[in-house]
Amino acid sequence: METQTIKSTQKSTKKTERISGSEAIVRCLIEEGVDILYGYPGGAIMPVYDELYKYQDKIHHVLTRHEQGATHAAQGYARISGKVGVAMATSGPGATNLITGIADAQIDSTPMVCITGQVSSHLLGSDAFQETDIVGISTPVTKWNCQVTKAEDIPSVIAKAFYIAKSGRPGPVLVDITKDAQFNEFDFSYEKCTQVRSYNPIPLTDIIDVEAAAKLINTAKKPLIVWGQGVILGKAEEQLKAVVEKAGIPAAWTILGASAIPTSHPLNVGMVGMHGNYAPNILTNECDVLIAIGMRFDDRVTGSLDTYAKQAKVIHFEIDPAEIDKNVKTDVAVLGDAKTSLELLLPLLDKNSHKEWHQQFKDLYQIEFDKVIKNDLYPTKEGLTMAEVLKEINIQSEGKAAIVSDVGQHQMIACRYADFNVSKSNITSGGLGTMGFGLPAAIGAKMAAPEREVVSISGDGGYQMTIQELGTIFQQKAAVKIVVLNNDFLGMVRQWQQLFFDKRYASTEMINPDFVKIAEGYYIKARKVTKREELAEAVEEMMKSKEAYFLEVCVEKEDNVFPMIPSGASVSDIRLE
Amino acid sequence: MSIEDKQLFTVSVYTENNIGLLNRISAIFQRRHINIESLNTSPSEIEGVSKFTIVVNITEVNMKKIIGQIEKQVEVIKAYYHKLDEIIYQIAGLFKIKSELLFEERQIQNIIKESNARIVTVNKEFFVLEKSGKKEEIVTLYNQLSPFGIMQYTRSGLIAVTKEEMKISSLLEAIKNN
Ligand SMILES: Cc1ncc(C[n+]2csc(CCOP(=O)(O)OP(=O)(O)O)c2C)c(N)n1
Ligand SMILES: [Mg+2]
Repeated sequence: METQTIKSTQKSTKKTERISGSEAIVRCLIEEGVDILYGYPGGAIMPVYDELYKYQDKIHHVLTRHEQGATHAAQGYARISGKVGVAMATSGPGATNLITGIADAQIDSTPMVCITGQVSSHLLGSDAFQETDIVGISTPVTKWNCQVTKAEDIPSVIAKAFYIAKSGRPGPVLVDITKDAQFNEFDFSYEKCTQVRSYNPIPLTDIIDVEAAAKLINTAKKPLIVWGQGVILGKAEEQLKAVVEKAGIPAAWTILGASAIPTSHPLNVGMVGMHGNYAPNILTNECDVLIAIGMRFDDRVTGSLDTYAKQAKVIHFEIDPAEIDKNVKTDVAVLGDAKTSLELLLPLLDKNSHKEWHQQFKDLYQIEFDKVIKNDLYPTKEGLTMAEVLKEINIQSEGKAAIVSDVGQHQMIACRYADFNVSKSNITSGGLGTMGFGLPAAIGAKMAAPEREVVSISGDGGYQMTIQELGTIFQQKAAVKIVVLNNDFLGMVRQWQQLFFDKRYASTEMINPDFVKIAEGYYIKARKVTKREELAEAVEEMMKSKEAYFLEVCVEKEDNVFPMIPSGASVSDIRLE
Repeated sequence: MSIEDKQLFTVSVYTENNIGLLNRISAIFQRRHINIESLNTSPSEIEGVSKFTIVVNITEVNMKKIIGQIEKQVEVIKAYYHKLDEIIYQIAGLFKIKSELLFEERQIQNIIKESNARIVTVNKEFFVLEKSGKKEEIVTLYNQLSPFGIMQYTRSGLIAVTKEEMKISSLLEAIKNN
């Protein structure tokens, strides 16, 4: 009883101020440390935009050219900074336009808070103008969502939204706020959320599990680590490196895990999965202990599960208990965040070097080099390859650029050939494979990390899905380097048509516009390269540019990405041609 | 029964009271094309905590995965699954029947007596019969009555308590204290 009285007096002495719900929304964002948000105004969110106008010296709103662009920009912002990305939209079509980005953030575990305006509460359910049930629509693709109909609920709901978005396994949260809640006044005070009683973001790590893992690793003759984005989200890059180096374990990465350990590190054996490297895919089915760290055994990583690492004991370090045994049965599951778990693991590991086992990776790399990499990087044919462009970018950036790719062949080539020597450098749509992600995500990344070189790499198809964001780049003076690898095809689909549909190129050839003119129409410096002799110099010019720069590279039309694990095949059936 | 064989499970989900949660939980089953055999929501033994009782016919392997995905929802406190022999459960059936049959058909009175069904209400036009028990008992009663003509028939979702303790209170206590 007594404690309660103390609490209530504390509450009443806390400073409150009478403000509108819409002002409260902006104040909450500022309290959460939001400096930039992305969005698009409209009727049901106008009161908030009015407050954003008043608070523009404290918080910068970026007008994208489409709400989908706002979500991807918020994602890019989040992926490069580790902070929560924020997107805002009006009700109805504004809100539904957010859905693709939300779904992308959900499957790629990106912390994002979306705020949508909603019609006034007395109109809810009446099919009012621009009313959609966005809470209903977004439910399956959000980590959490909530509709607010009372101004006084705004601070606690937004606090909860940020807490849920960034804690544990991160994800997108949507808060839908009715117009009357934005207009009404109440006594504002803000308290950050530190706990939700039904929600346990980070399961406790059991030392017994860590010991069991260490024992397996110490007795392994052919251990293989496959790490994922959990290492980056859990800020465990150093811990992973220490484990890898001490136990001498070859370590491969999933697409979203890329860059946690530099490409140049001798124990980094490349990418797993459908277009990953030959050695780690083949040797997945030869290792004796497979150590998965912060990854979720996506089907693009595993290929057929029936033939995936059946010979190996599997250890799974994972923050999300629902991932354990979801796709691959584990022998030892270590719950918890990657940093804590790996810190506990490190002292229990024996020093080792696994020299012969390493040699197997090197031998297989040589095969991949001779059959694939050599032709990609040093082609003898006339047409330019996508990989050559990446090679030039690597040279100019010293492997320190953040590469923001779209979806398709160029994405796989970017992941395969970019040097990732700084963490959080591979920003791409992994789980959803969202074409149109790249350009807007690059805007968010550049604005969150202006000190970094940000290179957007798109195909001619996906680029045109969000090409209007060139307007945002121009208006914001975001110095994004924009590369389009133009093969005049929806290349990845064309590749499948070639390999699995007898070359029936149904609706994959594209008659493209003058991309240079379009960029110039947005007052962005632009150049087109068609010949090998011009490439190095053009890339250099782009990278040295202080402003945004557009570079179109016309590449060979019908090149394919190899190696490739055909869908449904085993990782050991990876094809080199 | 192997973990790869389909069988009936009851899922007990303890949750915060939240309007959208039913959607979230049913979507988890829907995505995997799992038919929900029955679903009941009610307050639980703990104030402010709701309980969903869901019955599904699936493999234990899938059941485990789904429990993980349910528990992952922010507003779910805890989810459990049980086989039918691990719970005490009841289902209710309601039968609306023409009143005249009660007096004209001798056999109906016998059926009512033998089945331990209860007459809830009687008026000039109809009477309502209630029977609680296992699903088979209610189905049997239905089969016995249906030749005479049933005006309306409804079966409730399954509700259950478990033989073992579920420890929700101590779980909530632990969360509060940490
Ligand atoms: C929104 C969306 N629609 C369709 C697809 C299917 N898809 C995957 S890759 C691809 C082709 C991409 O073409 P382009 O952007 O030119 O890249 P390229 O493969 O030629 O490098 C398509 C259509 C997708 N991933 N996303
Ligand atoms: Mg293309």
